[in-house]
Amino acid sequence: MSQLTLRGGEFLLREAEPRDTFIYEDFTSEDLLIAQAADEFIRGEVLPKNDAIDHQEEGLAVQLLKKAGELGLLGADLPEMYGGLGLAKMTSTLLAEKMSLQASFAVSTGAHSGIGTLPILFFGTPEQKKKYVPRLATGELVGAFSLSEAGCGSDPLSARTKATLSPDGKHYLLNGEKMWTTNGGWADVFIVFAKIDGEQFSAFIVERGFPGVSVGREEHKLGIKGSSTRRVILENAQVPVENLLHIAGKGHHVAFGVLNIGRFKLAAAGLGGCREALTIATRYAKDRQQFGKSISEFGLIKEKLAEMAIRIFALESAVYRTAGMLNEAFHGIDAGAENANELYHHADEEFPVECAILKVLGSEVLDFVADETVQIHGGFGYTEEFPAAQIYRDSRINRIFEGTNEINRLLMLDQMMKRAMKGKLPGMMEAAQAIRSELNQPMMPSPDPTDPVEQVERHVKNAKKIILMTAGMAVEEVGMQLQEKQEIVARLSDCMIHLFAMESAWLRVRKLQEKGLDATIASAMMQVYAYDAFDAIEASARRAILSFVEGDMRHILLTALKRYARRIEINTMELRRQIAEYVIEHERAWSASGK
Amino acid sequence: MKILVPVKRVPDPYAKVAPNADGSDIARDSLPYAVNPFDEIALEEAIRLKEAGSATEIVAVSVGSEESTEQLRTALAMGADRAILVQTSDWLDAPAVARLLAAVYRRENPDLILLGKQAVDMDNNQVGQMLAAMLDLPQATFASKIEAQSGQMRVERETDNGTETVSVTLPAIITADLRLNEPRYVALTGIVRARSKPLETLTSADLGVSVSASVRLVRVETPPKRQAGKRVESPQQLVQLLKEEAKVI
Ligand SMILES: Cc1cc2nc3c(=O)[nH]c(=O)nc-3n(C[C@H](O)[C@H](O)[C@H](O)COP(=O)(O)OP(=O)(O)OC[C@H]3O[C@@H](n4cnc5c(N)ncnc54)[C@H](O)[C@@H]3O)c2cc1C
Repeated sequence: MSQLTLRGGEFLLREAEPRDTFIYEDFTSEDLLIAQAADEFIRGEVLPKNDAIDHQEEGLAVQLLKKAGELGLLGADLPEMYGGLGLAKMTSTLLAEKMSLQASFAVSTGAHSGIGTLPILFFGTPEQKKKYVPRLATGELVGAFSLSEAGCGSDPLSARTKATLSPDGKHYLLNGEKMWTTNGGWADVFIVFAKIDGEQFSAFIVERGFPGVSVGREEHKLGIKGSSTRRVILENAQVPVENLLHIAGKGHHVAFGVLNIGRFKLAAAGLGGCREALTIATRYAKDRQQFGKSISEFGLIKEKLAEMAIRIFALESAVYRTAGMLNEAFHGIDAGAENANELYHHADEEFPVECAILKVLGSEVLDFVADETVQIHGGFGYTEEFPAAQIYRDSRINRIFEGTNEINRLLMLDQMMKRAMKGKLPGMMEAAQAIRSELNQPMMPSPDPTDPVEQVERHVKNAKKIILMTAGMAVEEVGMQLQEKQEIVARLSDCMIHLFAMESAWLRVRKLQEKGLDATIASAMMQVYAYDAFDAIEASARRAILSFVEGDMRHILLTALKRYARRIEINTMELRRQIAEYVIEHERAWSASGK
Repeated sequence: MKILVPVKRVPDPYAKVAPNADGSDIARDSLPYAVNPFDEIALEEAIRLKEAGSATEIVAVSVGSEESTEQLRTALAMGADRAILVQTSDWLDAPAVARLLAAVYRRENPDLILLGKQAVDMDNNQVGQMLAAMLDLPQATFASKIEAQSGQMRVERETDNGTETVSVTLPAIITADLRLNEPRYVALTGIVRARSKPLETLTSADLGVSVSASVRLVRVETPPKRQAGKRVESPQQLVQLLKEEAKVI
């Protein structure tokens, strides 16, 4: 791993710099050409077949998956020695965004390239990698991941599927039923989790053709109907011992070791869906006449379009910033090195907090945008004649899989604290201490800055102090029982999500300005997002504080909160109108350049 | 057989264009660009000829600003072997473009120039024909089918009266029509491979060509807005209105 400019979780303690932050506008023309290639494939080959995909027309999804594979769209960030293109994480993130326009197909390709392929790359033996990864990279084989069972989803380690060694020691015999396997209908290779002798939780590479392996019928789903979701049924399924993945009893490494990337990519895919939905909603709003004019001329519709654009901007800034961070962690890993797996594991472990933040942010922005897309369509949004209904149905799954948003909210703070305790967050104590001594000093009110970037800078700095102070006191007051008080944990997680997004938007605007690009609308979006996020952070912190301390201490904390939560007031209605005008004119979310 | 394929950078055909503030040009800020679709078809055909073993080398050439390297990279990613940018910031008319391409022809000596029948930005449909005249080469325009034969190309051309089949002796110029083929999707592997393909930059001075234009762009304006339609009661009334008001029959 090369030197990290910010370690995982460190965003809360330290100031990030624009020059260390990757933004969309940093992409090279080659990256954009790659994005365009994916976009043309999706718009040319996939979107026109939307209805057939959603009806699961026999063989269609696999045919499209293979085509995508032939074009190199499935193995972008896999190493070249295993048939991939070895592209940077930023570029593969851009690709994930562009591949997302047909949600079912996005889920199929995402599961294949992510949880269906990465476990072997990260945890396999060189033989396993050579055997499977190159064929997964080109789509010759389709991958899947079978962790959940009917009885255990959020708590996968309580799996009941069992593995026992055959008498001749050549096979593991797997018995049990996995539920919810994406690509179940057409996958060739499954990463299956089972407990050896009912105890050692382990991962196995299971081929569809192994004796004793079968799949159930398609689940009838609310959305992403064109993706395949089936049970995997294992009846004395014969898995050669050399197909044990990683170490017996260490299946949890595998199960959790690819989820970070998966969660992050889910946000990138969500971003692509959001941008498309905003374009659809805007075109409809311009077209639809009521009271003798386009509904896009009404303030409340403008407000919706602006708010969609604003959240998309914040999400986009956070997605590509995190892609840059992940790239720092994964960059330069020699796939052929003897300790490659150790290096992958190390890299993957760095950013669980950020990946959980992105998962929640991405799925919730997408749901918001999908919901408003329906609302802007009025009654027509509720029918299948317009794309809004499908966008709405398809978006909903994202808050459920790859760890529900509840689980991710819990995990965020949990991981943050674990990192602090393991010494991976140097400076945590000092930062908390600095706040305490600052609070003991009288505060001289400083004049409010007038420059938007400086205004948001103050909000970002103070938001960090609010979170550190509140989280620090929560740990002190509630101690180990904090895990039981999930409501408090979730409020703190909400604060972190808002902070990360607003800081990412702020960093991007500064970098845009440094690059000499026109950041007028970007800056307006940053201002409005930061204003609302700061409000939300204050409200969440207050709710948290009120639920864990009483008496004098409560009073002290609330007073401190008030001090840090001093807002710089702006007219967000005017700013939103400006943003809406941009969206209406361009019929898309903001971007610095043409596309 | 060596094929020279000129490719032009044009505003994305799906992008909305509007005049700029003073009407001197279209507004180019934040306009997406693409390879001229007809040139893409020409390039696809060249690649197919190479894949079929009829062609040995494909050279893509673009005349335009430095940004045109983006379109040349696309051409390389699709399958061109190397690329030449004739870099100029001047506004060029069709004869100037043809003069520059003719100079490139003389440097490269290809057996075939395969290009789009027109560029979708100006819709001139001139460069191919002018090149043929300047270089005194046989031409087959509006090709909808191309077949390589020894020393010749058999070309089916779409005309208003039906399909015409012609045979041109190489070296020759062929311009591609819409139905010639359907260009492939660019593969990511192709994009990565394109990194190491040569891209040479020349200027009009290097080629010894004057780019002074004989045509000037005077003004750009939007077409007048369509008037609201009129509902007629009967066919008779329609005929009457077409005669008296629209004066078209
Ligand atoms: C379309 C689809 C595709 C899927 N694809 C795959 C796949 O390819 N591979 C795979 O392995 N799985 C897959 N899943 C399974 C998915 O990951 C699980 O559904 C998800 O993890 C939730 O588990 P569950 O359904 O058992 O819900 P539960 O765990 O029963 O959760 C129910 C509710 O309780 C909440 N909850 C649970 N535990 C806690 C807690 N400790 N604290 C607070 N709240 C809690 C949850 O947030 C949720 O709101 C898929 C699911 C669907 C619907």
